[in-house]
Amino acid sequence: MEIIDRANEITVGRILDAEPVLVDVKPAGVVIEGLGDGMILHAGPPIGWDRMCGPMRGAIGGAIVLEGWAEDLTAAEKLAGSGDITFQPNHHYDAVGPMTGLITPSMPVMVVENRNFGNLAFCTLNEGLGKVMRFGGNDEEVLNRLRWLASDLAPAMSRALADREGLPLKAIVARGLSMGDEMHQRNVACTGLVLRELAPSLARTSDNPDDLAELLKFIAGNDQFFLNIAMVMGKAIMDPARGIDGSSVVTAMSRNGADFGIRVSSTGDQWFTAPVEMPDGLYFPGFSVQDANPDMGDSTIVETMGLGGFAMAAAPAVAGFVGAGSANDALNHTRSMMEITVGRNPEWTIPALDFAGVATGIDIRKVLETGLAPVINTGIAHREPGVGQVGAGIVRAPMACFEQALEAFAASVGVS
Amino acid sequence: MPGKELLRSKVKVVNIGLPLFAGALTSRDIPVVQVEWTPPAGGDERLIELLDRLSE
Repeated sequence: MEIIDRANEITVGRILDAEPVLVDVKPAGVVIEGLGDGMILHAGPPIGWDRMCGPMRGAIGGAIVLEGWAEDLTAAEKLAGSGDITFQPNHHYDAVGPMTGLITPSMPVMVVENRNFGNLAFCTLNEGLGKVMRFGGNDEEVLNRLRWLASDLAPAMSRALADREGLPLKAIVARGLSMGDEMHQRNVACTGLVLRELAPSLARTSDNPDDLAELLKFIAGNDQFFLNIAMVMGKAIMDPARGIDGSSVVTAMSRNGADFGIRVSSTGDQWFTAPVEMPDGLYFPGFSVQDANPDMGDSTIVETMGLGGFAMAAAPAVAGFVGAGSANDALNHTRSMMEITVGRNPEWTIPALDFAGVATGIDIRKVLETGLAPVINTGIAHREPGVGQVGAGIVRAPMACFEQALEAFAASVGVS
Repeated sequence: MPGKELLRSKVKVVNIGLPLFAGALTSRDIPVVQVEWTPPAGGDERLIELLDRLSE
């Protein structure tokens, strides 16, 4: 239908016209409207405590202790199940978070402004790999790192970003793609590029060389530091693409460890959900698929805008890390995603594909016509609370989400 | 090309869909180009009808 094609062109146009700039790092309770005491934002579509998976529950226990709402993890778990804590999806508050994706009022969040459309998006700072809250970690080591992020790194980044009047992100991603990143499971290049951009301002606005050295070391020592920046950039890019009548383009994909949810432009903020799948991946020494938690996190916003699994051809190294096969398999994954999207992004190109632009604008009709579900590169959390990351792999968006979405989409354009 | 002649020449095979057929040939060292294909919407007639109407 011509009306759908026109609407999809508008939607992809908005995605391509975005100008995301990292502008600040501030406590979530200060910048996220409506986030108050006793409230926890989480990854994925809506879910209650009773259906939450182990790592989500573990992270929530830790977050409650971090906020001082309970003395210890036992009391925190009791409080979480009492009904006195409100759980809401990040996506309902212009935010995203990796894996468990928790955001509570005292946690610092990065603020990205889409300067062409005026909207803001929020995401926490990346904690590093292994035993961290996003993978369900909740002990004192995890909480102390989060306290340091809030007390030291966040204010330093805030000052540095003010000093340089923000950090435009699209050019960093463009360079990162040519340096082997796909911005989901490989962010080595973009982390380095961000550090290079921020370092002069971090130095200029610091009054303590030891503190400065510590935070430079933290960023430099965390290859995934850019992941959260890519995610908040993705949220800022995709939000203006919502609510376009007649558009069959996916504007969000997200998982809470139990359900996978997608949103489609023309049907606004309605979620279409189905049970999450188990990632197919590689495990750290000592762990196996028996330890793995099902798919989880808002990080699929990266694939929604055309990066991550969609851009695997740019990152042959990641194919080995996530167990996706050879570099040739990575090329094939990217090529196949071009079959389910409306267009390409001419600003984000992949050298190994003769500088073809990344696949942009997932069309639910094409997903169902081809049977090709979006491919996602993901981390894998341990299924028990408190352990952390145990591997990385590949997972597909469940086809049932797209089947439900098609019914609702068809109705939205008068087809039944 | 008549059928008999076709079978006497070197066979070139493109297999669309179920890989089982391709596997039967590759196990006999016959090269096969495998095209991954599944029926639209997994063969769900209701969804296929919707897809058809949405493409009109």
